[in-house]
Amino acid sequence: MSERVTPAAGGRNGALRIMGPESRGMVTLRADLADETIAAALGDVLPLGVPGRREGRHDGAKGALWMSPDELLLLCERDGAGALVARIGEALDGLHHLVADMSDARAVFTLEGEEYREVLAKLGPADMSPRGLAHGEVRRTRLGQIPAALWLRGDTRAEVICFRSVAGYLHDLLWQAAAPGGRVGYFQRADGPPA
Amino acid sequence: MLILTCPACGIAADETELHPGGEAHVARAGPHASEEAFSDYLFSRENPRGVHFERWRHAMGCGKWFHAARCTVTLEIFGTYRADCTAPPEALLERIRAARPGWSWRDFK
Ligand SMILES: [Zn+2]
Repeated sequence: MSERVTPAAGGRNGALRIMGPESRGMVTLRADLADETIAAALGDVLPLGVPGRREGRHDGAKGALWMSPDELLLLCERDGAGALVARIGEALDGLHHLVADMSDARAVFTLEGEEYREVLAKLGPADMSPRGLAHGEVRRTRLGQIPAALWLRGDTRAEVICFRSVAGYLHDLLWQAAAPGGRVGYFQRADGPPA
Repeated sequence: MLILTCPACGIAADETELHPGGEAHVARAGPHASEEAFSDYLFSRENPRGVHFERWRHAMGCGKWFHAARCTVTLEIFGTYRADCTAPPEALLERIRAARPGWSWRDFK
C-alpha cells in the first residue's frame, strides 16, 4: 500500500497560525436528510443529531457538518471511521443511503488568529464578513483554484477542509495570503462591511 | 459577474463557484420523433435579448443543480428555483411580468 503523502506542517505567518494538513476521521453519509425516518433510524449512532442547513455541530473529536440537502460530513477519531461506517450501515439497513470512509480523501487546516477572515477573503468569492458567514456555519466554496469547506469555530479559529491531493496547494495559498505586509484590514475599517 | 442564490443550500454563490448548464426546460424529443424534431432538441436553443431561463450547478458548493431566470441585457436576476421541475414557478413568472411587461420566452409569458 502507498504511504499517505502530506506537505510540511505549517506554523505562524504574520498574525495567523496555520496548522495542518491534518488527517481526521471523516465519514460521508448521503441520504435524504429531510426524511424523518432517516434521522430517527440514526438515533444514538449520531449523538449530535442531524445538523440544519449549513450548520456544523461538534463535541470533542466528533463533528457533524451539513454539506448539502442529502450529504453530511461526519468527523471522528482518525481510527474510528471504519467502525462508524459499520454502525451507520447497520442503523440505516433497508433505507436508501450511502456511507463511506473518506478519511484518506481529505485534509483539514486549522487557522488561528483574529485575521482569518481577512486571509480567507483574499482567496475566494465567499462573503467573509461576520454577517455573511457566522460562527458555526459551514460554507463550501472555492479557494484559489480548488473547492474547500470553511467552518468557522469562533472569532479566532476557523477550519478549512479540502481534498488531500491539493492540500499542498492550499497550504501554500494560505501561507502566502497570511504573509506579513499583506494585511488588508477591510473588516476592521469604518467603511468596511455592514455590521 | 453573476451572483445566484442556490435554492438547495441558500448560498449567494459567485459565478466562479457555479457551472453553467445551458438552457432550462429542454424536453427530449421522442422516442419516434421526426429527425427534424430531434435535431431541434439537440441543437436549437433560445437566444433572447432579455428574459432567459438557464440551468446552473453549484459546483464549488453543495453540488446541486438548479434553475435561474435572468435578463441577458442587464444581468438582473429574477430568481432561482429547484432543478426538478418542468416549468418556472408561478410566483417567479409574476415577478418577471412586473419587471418586464410583455415579455415572452418560448411558451411562457
Ligand atoms: Zn448550493
